[in-house]
Amino acid sequence: MKPILEVKDLSIEYGNRSVVSQMELSLKNGNFLAIVGPNGSGKTTLLRAISKVLKPKTGVIYVDGSDIAPLSRRSLARKVAVVPQESLTAFSFTALQVVMMGRTPHLSRWQTEGALDYDIAKDAMQMANCWHLRDRPINELSGGEKQRVIIAQALAQEPKLILLDEPTLHLDIGQQFEIMELLKRLSADGLSILAVLHDLNIAAYYADHLMLVKEGRIEAVGSPQEIVTENNIRRVFGITVEVKKHSLTGKPYIVFVV
Amino acid sequence: MASALKLKNGVVLPLLGLMLIVTIIIASSVGAVSIPLATILGSAWSKTVGFTGSHVVGTGTKDFIIWQIRLPRVVLSMLVGASLAVAGVVTQGLFKNPMADPYIVGVSFGGGLGATVALLYGAALGFGEFLVPVAALLGALGATFLVYNLARTGGRVPVSTLILSGIAVGSFFSAIISLLMTVHGEDLQSVVFWLMGGMAARSWRHVGMVIPFIAVGFALAMAFSRELNVMVMGDERAYQLGVDIERAKKVLIVAVSLLAGAAVSVSGLIGFVGLIIPHVVRLVIGPDHRILLPCSALVGAIFLIFTDTLARTILAPAEIPVGIITALFGTPFFMYLLRTKRNSLA
Repeated sequence: MKPILEVKDLSIEYGNRSVVSQMELSLKNGNFLAIVGPNGSGKTTLLRAISKVLKPKTGVIYVDGSDIAPLSRRSLARKVAVVPQESLTAFSFTALQVVMMGRTPHLSRWQTEGALDYDIAKDAMQMANCWHLRDRPINELSGGEKQRVIIAQALAQEPKLILLDEPTLHLDIGQQFEIMELLKRLSADGLSILAVLHDLNIAAYYADHLMLVKEGRIEAVGSPQEIVTENNIRRVFGITVEVKKHSLTGKPYIVFVV
Repeated sequence: MASALKLKNGVVLPLLGLMLIVTIIIASSVGAVSIPLATILGSAWSKTVGFTGSHVVGTGTKDFIIWQIRLPRVVLSMLVGASLAVAGVVTQGLFKNPMADPYIVGVSFGGGLGATVALLYGAALGFGEFLVPVAALLGALGATFLVYNLARTGGRVPVSTLILSGIAVGSFFSAIISLLMTVHGEDLQSVVFWLMGGMAARSWRHVGMVIPFIAVGFALAMAFSRELNVMVMGDERAYQLGVDIERAKKVLIVAVSLLAGAAVSVSGLIGFVGLIIPHVVRLVIGPDHRILLPCSALVGAIFLIFTDTLARTILAPAEIPVGIITALFGTPFFMYLLRTKRNSLA
């Protein structure tokens, strides 16, 4: 089967500084791939290139078989949705209004949202467990609640691929757990997920595959067991850890060695 | 939300429209010569529905006052109030900042400079009177562009840099206006009075002059109202939701300049309408621009007809420039907003 995402020979520069060099990656339909690596290793930049917010220096990105470079933002937004670390909320739109904005790429200029759009938004909010927040102003929600609304907004786009940039960065562990469980359910439903995650244990537990990135290059790609090794972590993060096997899940997890 | 939007459109808009009509009729009856409402309605009847086709309908003094003095002025107040309010809504969305308005961010001064130049030199150049709105529009466009690029840091427009660059650009343009006024001492009074903002001695010609600009400006704003909603979530987010934000920004900057420029060209500098009206309307009906824009237009129209009626009646037969009245209302309101919303606006 055709991969949902294919990145070929991708290089990105900010000014003259190389941020991403010659990255190659392929994501199968319905898979959950987590990108891990130190800060400043080009993970966010990769996501921004896939969502066409910035233009790569070289390389081609295919989403669902088509090159995204000539694609309009509108058509791309029907295939790819993004969940940023944080969102700006200067005005008091209600959570439902925010989720409805996710329908933007499906509506023509003078078209108002219809019953179908409302149902899609409602499904998305129920999926993200935030339907009860629908009438609350977005700028009065907690960090975890707001992030669930933004995920619902992304789902309302009815994407085939969802990109998440450290979606749990500012959340407590209870909220982190909720978001990750949601991603697990979405993945089980067949949505393809590419997420930058900063917590290796969470990444190893939830993702199908891990991609280890350092200084703009891919160091290794593979199953959690293949990637989360003492050797890899010493090489990429420069710290010594002990990797153990979780007695219940069989997934690897790291323990800091002091 | 779909149904809520329809409900609001179906109830709030007709209600405001009705209020506007009532305001127009009442404002036409109030003044140095008091004309009973019945006379106004009768005159309106004979002018429109009851028009018999016979020559010279309504040559009486009262008819003349209604149709040639008061009504053009009321209609112009309506158009200017609506323009300023809509320009305010769009500016606030564009700058992602509820403290912006064409006056505070210096755009009106840009329009003012354009209009001043046209007033002082236009006749010498031999252009028609369309030169004033066109020049005001160009001035407003230049000022918007300047302030936007000065105030933007990292894709956002924070309130501090917005107000600072607005003050800088506004002061610069108003300094040039003062300079031009000093050089042309002979025309000083007309320019001064015009700058203070007022509707005195305006006729149907002025109405006809600004209508095209205002119509295009409002249509552009409405066409990009969904984009305005999405833009409020930040530039990058708007990209991710499939909006071509650079194009939307350009269109909206043109819309603000058309509206603010047209308003300034016929009524001078009337401040705070673009700040107060969007705020009040947003409090009541929420931030969705598709309903916020038309409602603000109607409320802005009603507000300016009301303040202009005050302007020409409180000290009658003398007249206060309406800009002074809106500033008297607006400045305390602005200070209140700064105090109470400071934290959420940083």
